[in-house]
This record gives sequence, C-alpha cells and structure tokens, in this order.
Amino acid sequence: MVHYDDILIRYGEMALKGKNRGMFEKQLADNIRRGIHDFPRAKVETAYGRMYVALNGEPYEEVAERIKKIFGITSFSPTKRVENLTLESIQEASLSLMQDIDPVPKTFKVEVKRSNKRFPHRSMEMNHLVGGFILKNMDGLKVDVHNPEILLKIEIRNEGAFLTCVNVPGYGGLPVGTSGKAMLLLSGGIDSPVAGWLTMKRGVRIEGIHFESPPFTSERARQKVLDLAGIISEYGTGEMKVHMVPFTEIQTEIRQKCPEHYLITIMRRFMMRISEAIAKKQKALAISTGESLGQVASQTIESMHTINNVTNYPILRPLVTMDKSEIMQIAHKIGTYETSILPFEDCCTIFVPKSPVTRPTVEKASEFEKVLDIERLVKDAVERTEVVKVSAKKKQEDTLDQLF
Amino acid sequence: MVYFDNGATTAPYPEVVETMKDVLKTYYGNPSSLHHLGVQSEKVLNQSRELAAKFLEVSPGEIVFTSGATESNNTAIKGIAFQYQNRGKHIITSAVEHPAVLDVCKQLQELFGFRLTVLPVDNKGVVRLDDLKKAITDETILVSVMFVNNEVGSIQPIQEIGNYLKSFPKIFFHVDAVQAFGKIPVKPETLGIDLLSLSAHKFHGPKGTGILYVRKGTQLTPLLVGGGQEAKFRPGTENLAGIVGMVKAMRITLQKLKDQPEALKKMRNRLVEGLQGLKGIYINSPEEGAPHILNLSVPGVKSEVLLHALEDKGIYVSTKSACSSKLDRPSRILMEMGLGEERAKSALRISLTYENTIDEIEFFITTIKQVVPQLKQMLNVR
Repeated sequence: MVHYDDILIRYGEMALKGKNRGMFEKQLADNIRRGIHDFPRAKVETAYGRMYVALNGEPYEEVAERIKKIFGITSFSPTKRVENLTLESIQEASLSLMQDIDPVPKTFKVEVKRSNKRFPHRSMEMNHLVGGFILKNMDGLKVDVHNPEILLKIEIRNEGAFLTCVNVPGYGGLPVGTSGKAMLLLSGGIDSPVAGWLTMKRGVRIEGIHFESPPFTSERARQKVLDLAGIISEYGTGEMKVHMVPFTEIQTEIRQKCPEHYLITIMRRFMMRISEAIAKKQKALAISTGESLGQVASQTIESMHTINNVTNYPILRPLVTMDKSEIMQIAHKIGTYETSILPFEDCCTIFVPKSPVTRPTVEKASEFEKVLDIERLVKDAVERTEVVKVSAKKKQEDTLDQLF
Repeated sequence: MVYFDNGATTAPYPEVVETMKDVLKTYYGNPSSLHHLGVQSEKVLNQSRELAAKFLEVSPGEIVFTSGATESNNTAIKGIAFQYQNRGKHIITSAVEHPAVLDVCKQLQELFGFRLTVLPVDNKGVVRLDDLKKAITDETILVSVMFVNNEVGSIQPIQEIGNYLKSFPKIFFHVDAVQAFGKIPVKPETLGIDLLSLSAHKFHGPKGTGILYVRKGTQLTPLLVGGGQEAKFRPGTENLAGIVGMVKAMRITLQKLKDQPEALKKMRNRLVEGLQGLKGIYINSPEEGAPHILNLSVPGVKSEVLLHALEDKGIYVSTKSACSSKLDRPSRILMEMGLGEERAKSALRISLTYENTIDEIEFFITTIKQVVPQLKQMLNVR
C-alpha cells in the first residue's frame, strides 16, 4: 500500500460562479472539515486556487469515503508528496504508485509540470526519465500518449514534487449551504430521503418535517425517520434539524368531518400549510417533497394542483419525472433504501381511504374543509412541534456508547 | 496464581462484567417488542452489531450472534451442507480442527451421506495448499480450515486458501477463528472468507456468546427455526447482555493488540528461550506460530502429572485442548504432526493473554526447572 500524503480536491461548476467563488470555496472547505472532523490530523488547505486535504498520517481510504459524499466536489485524487527533489526519489515514488494500482493497468502516460525551474530536468525530459524507469520495472505495461488507462501527473514545485494517478469521481453539485434553505417533507418512505439528497445536491441546506400520529405510529417509525435524516445529513453539514409535527388531532378531525375520498387531499393540504408556517419560522424559502408524478392517487397533476393551492412557497419536487426504479437506484446508492423499507406504520399509511379521489379540485377541497377550524388546527400543530437535532450517524446514541 | 490456560477460557474483563450488569438491569425489554422498552433494547442490539461489524471490517448485516463457537461452527458447516447439497456433497477440512468442526463434518459423513476429505498437516501442524488443490472436486461445496490451531498454535495459510478458492465461486470457505481473534488480524473480507466463527470467552468476554460472520449473499439452512431473529439464521430471543459484553471485550482486546502488538510474542519468546536447552523438554509449537500458544512435551512424564505438579505451585496450564482433555488419549494433533506417541502423551499447552506478565513467565521457567527433574527422579525416567 502506498501511503498518500494529500488528497487533491477538484470542483467544477463552482469555479464558474464569478464573484461568489470565494463564498463557495469557503463553504466547501467547511463542509469537508466537518465531514472528516473525527480524523483530527487531516487538515483542509486552500492554496493557489486549489484545495487539498493534508492527511498527516490519517488513513486515505477512510477519509476518502467521507469526501466522496460531499457535494460540490467533481473529483479528487490521492497525492504522494516527494520532498526530496531528486530524479531518483521521484522515479521510485512514481513506480510505487503505479505498482499499487489494482487492477494492474496495461497502458499509461506520464505528464510532468515543472514550476520549480531550479529542478535540473525539463518537463519533456522528465516524461521520458520517469516513463522509462517505470517501463523497465513493470512487465506488460505500455505507453499510450493518446488514450492511456492511467495518467500519472507529476508537478514539480518549490515545496516538493506532487504525484497523482488515480481520479475518483465525486457527486458534483454545489456545496450544501450555498443555496439557501428549504424544508423537506420526510415521511420515512423511499422517496423523500432521495428528494432531500437531490435538493442538497444543488447546495440547499435542508431541515426535515415529519408528521407523527401517535398512538397510530410508533417510536420505531419515529426513529426510522431520524435515522434517515442522519444518513442524508452526511452529504451536507453532518447535522439536520427534524421538526416532528403532532398530526393525530388533524387526521382525526378530517376523518370525522370530511368525505372519505378527499381525506388524503385535505391531509396533504394541511401538511403544506404547516410546512409553510414552519418554513417562515425557520427562514426557509422553499418546501421540498418526494412527489413523483402519477405514482399514487395524491400525486396526479390534479392532486398536485389542489394541494399546491394552499401555499405560495415554491415546492421543489426533484423526483417529479422519475420512475420508481430510478428513485430506488438512488436510494440504494446513498444508503437510505435499507432503512426506508423497514415496515412501520406512518401517518400516510394508517388512514387510507378505499377509493381516494384521483382528480380532486381546489373548489371541492376548500368546500369540504369549511367545517374545520383550519387556522387553529395549524397554529396548534406548529406550536406543539418538537425539534430534534440529528447528527450524522449514531451521535444521538451517546448514552448507549457508555455500554461499549 | 498464574493463569496460563487462556486458550481454554479467559477471565472476563471487569468492565465487561459491569456493562453486562447494566444491560441486564436496564435493557431487559425484548428487542422485538413494539413498545419503548423493546425499542431501547433493539437500539442496543443494533449498535452491538454495528460495532462488531466495524471490528471485523465487514457490514452489520453479515454478523450473526450465536451462543458460541460450537454453535457458529455447526450453523456454518451444516447450514452450507444442507443448503447446497444439490450442488455436490463433498466437504474438505483439516486433520487438526477442533472437534466442533471435525466431528460436525464426520456427522455429515456418517448420517447424511456426505463425502469428507481430511487434509493432513506437516510437522509444523500446517496444511499444505497443494493437498487442498488436489482434494477439490466438482462436488466440493465447503472447505473448513481453522485459523490458529488451539493446541500448538500453528497458523494455517488462510490468505492463500482464500485467494485460491476465489476461482471456485461455488465453494464456500469457513474458518474457525476462535484462537486467532485479538492475537493476529482477523479480516474475513480481505482473506476471502465466507463464514467465520468466533467465541467471546476466548477474548475476555462472557461464556455463551459468539459470532458467525456470514458473507452477504450466502444462504444457510438454519439449525434452529422459530421467531426469525438474526435474519432467521439463529432465531431465539437475543442474549443482549452477553452480546454487549462480547462486543465490549472485542473493543478492549483489539485496543490491546493495537497498543502492544509485540506483548504476547515477547512473553512467548522468553518462554522458548528459558526452556530451550533444558534436558528432556521438547517444544512442539512451530516457531512462526501464534504468539499466545506454546506447546511442550516432557517425554516420560504424562501430561496430567506435570499439570498437577505445576498446579501445586499455583500455575494453571492444560494438556491438549480443554474440550478433549478429559479423554485419556495422546494428543491427536501432535500425532497428526508426526511427533510420536511419547511426545503426544506428555504434552502441555501454555496459552497466554495480554493480562499475563513477563514476571509470570520467569516464575514458570524457574518452577519447571525444579519440577521436571523431581518428577523424573520419582518416575525413574532417564
């Protein structure tokens, strides 16, 4: 195993953001710092328009796992630093890097940049000296200058030579925290965490809203939602607030006083009103949901229209065009799927009407709602909402940690 | 008292006992119960599983909690045999396995018509990869080889076997790693292992708890059926206190391995050095064996006689493995290594742990220097 010294971080789209670039870079550096805070020796450094993580002895593989998750990074490369600026030490380090690649590559190319002009060999000459040395010491390897499997980059600077040959793709996007804040409706199913993840991908900081209906929903259902929030928070700042809204009273009222087939429509309208109220309080400017057009009765275009009617807030629906299988693929990729499929009742599964309306109208919904004291119900639910702060995985279980 | 029988069992760490007490008192809810108490216990169980997985560098879903190594071995071997017998009915194991592996394989052979190949070992107690290669047939579904032999401490070529078996995707590889965990690195994933057995009481955890690592995608016919716990591989209400105690013992033991990687080896080296050159004492363990086990023989003096003579001086050791020592037969392992009946009848096992000290080793050396000549004189052995 080669011991890498640094991880070079590349960020694409951010570089285009003109005057805001400084702010984007700072946020990215902060997010990386938070993501790797339990590797205390690793330090994030920015210099000469590039960002890198100096590992200072922390394990590359584990740090890379964290970095992979952080939005705003297009790709990154582990880097070996050669401080002793001699031809021999650069050759040796290059060879060890090449030998460490699994599976063994068939073709490669060396690309040397020399900003340190005191180094006696010129770039072109170095390409040959290093390439030749590798060829001599590794069997079955060829140089391919047009389409190499491995591009070994060597930068010879004043402070040393920097070698990279692996390029690990990141998720791209923008650093979370650079695009304001939205409230995410988090049900505990497969879709909403994915919607949250995609919202975060564009740099939005999110807070969760979950509607609970005890005693119809259980402590396990609650824990499941918090666990999901914890998983997706790893892609952002490592922390997320989840607003737990008591929903039993509203659901019972609707069930008793409104026609059964409009139950879900009216319930969703209440969720929007409450979400808007909480968004205002939290200074969030949008609401994000896991709706996918046509997936269920409440997600027809008519339903969306009727539900949307109660709020002026932008509703972000990152999944709106996706098929279930596409959503599931992302859920697997980001690690929420296994938790999402745990079979606990949530507020949407307990009061399911036999034949919900698929083409509701605003007029009818408002008509049916007239019997309810909407303002009081919303205000009361918002007031009784409990805020739980979730941090990336397990931090909430400190008390249990003592056992181990 | 000098306790040198850590291969048989170890004293639980005081912290482990404390934690188990807490769990028994506080987390008595059934992890499957729907109410708060159940949820709390389930959280403790989940966290145990996550930590155990982390310590073995595998995923939580691959950890099955069992009652110990015997159950882990039975579950793995019979589970694979019954699940995949349609693919073939041939099993390969080694001659130096613990009875909890060897006798399971023999039972499959005698009662269920499986074909069994038992690989021999060389004079260091190690199987040869070539013998394994020759033994594999189209019918082979399982290879079970221990990591560290419990009597002499020989380390089997697990990495080599694992690598070789990678080209046989239909053959499962089970490893009894009971004597290896905490003494040498045990990482099932990088070693190419499909199933791996551990027992808590060998690393200062409680008796009655163990782990079976089951690589993702591996199916097993369960030995027990019932409430579906442990992904149906091992139903029954979980022994939560035992599980937490075990995981804590794993953590402490791995910390010791990390902090003092040479400690066991140092003690064993000193032991070898002190015993070498003593007339009539033979060391049976290979030089490159596990750092915590040293097997020696004093031909002419039966194992049990020497054991009790040492016990008189406050030193506890064992003859062969604890599980076989009640049978008055020469050590099967030493016989397999070709060391002869005299040495096999007079073997003693010294098994160490991080809790032992170099002073205890010195005391042992001084004592055996006194005791052996005395015994020989009494028994009239030249």
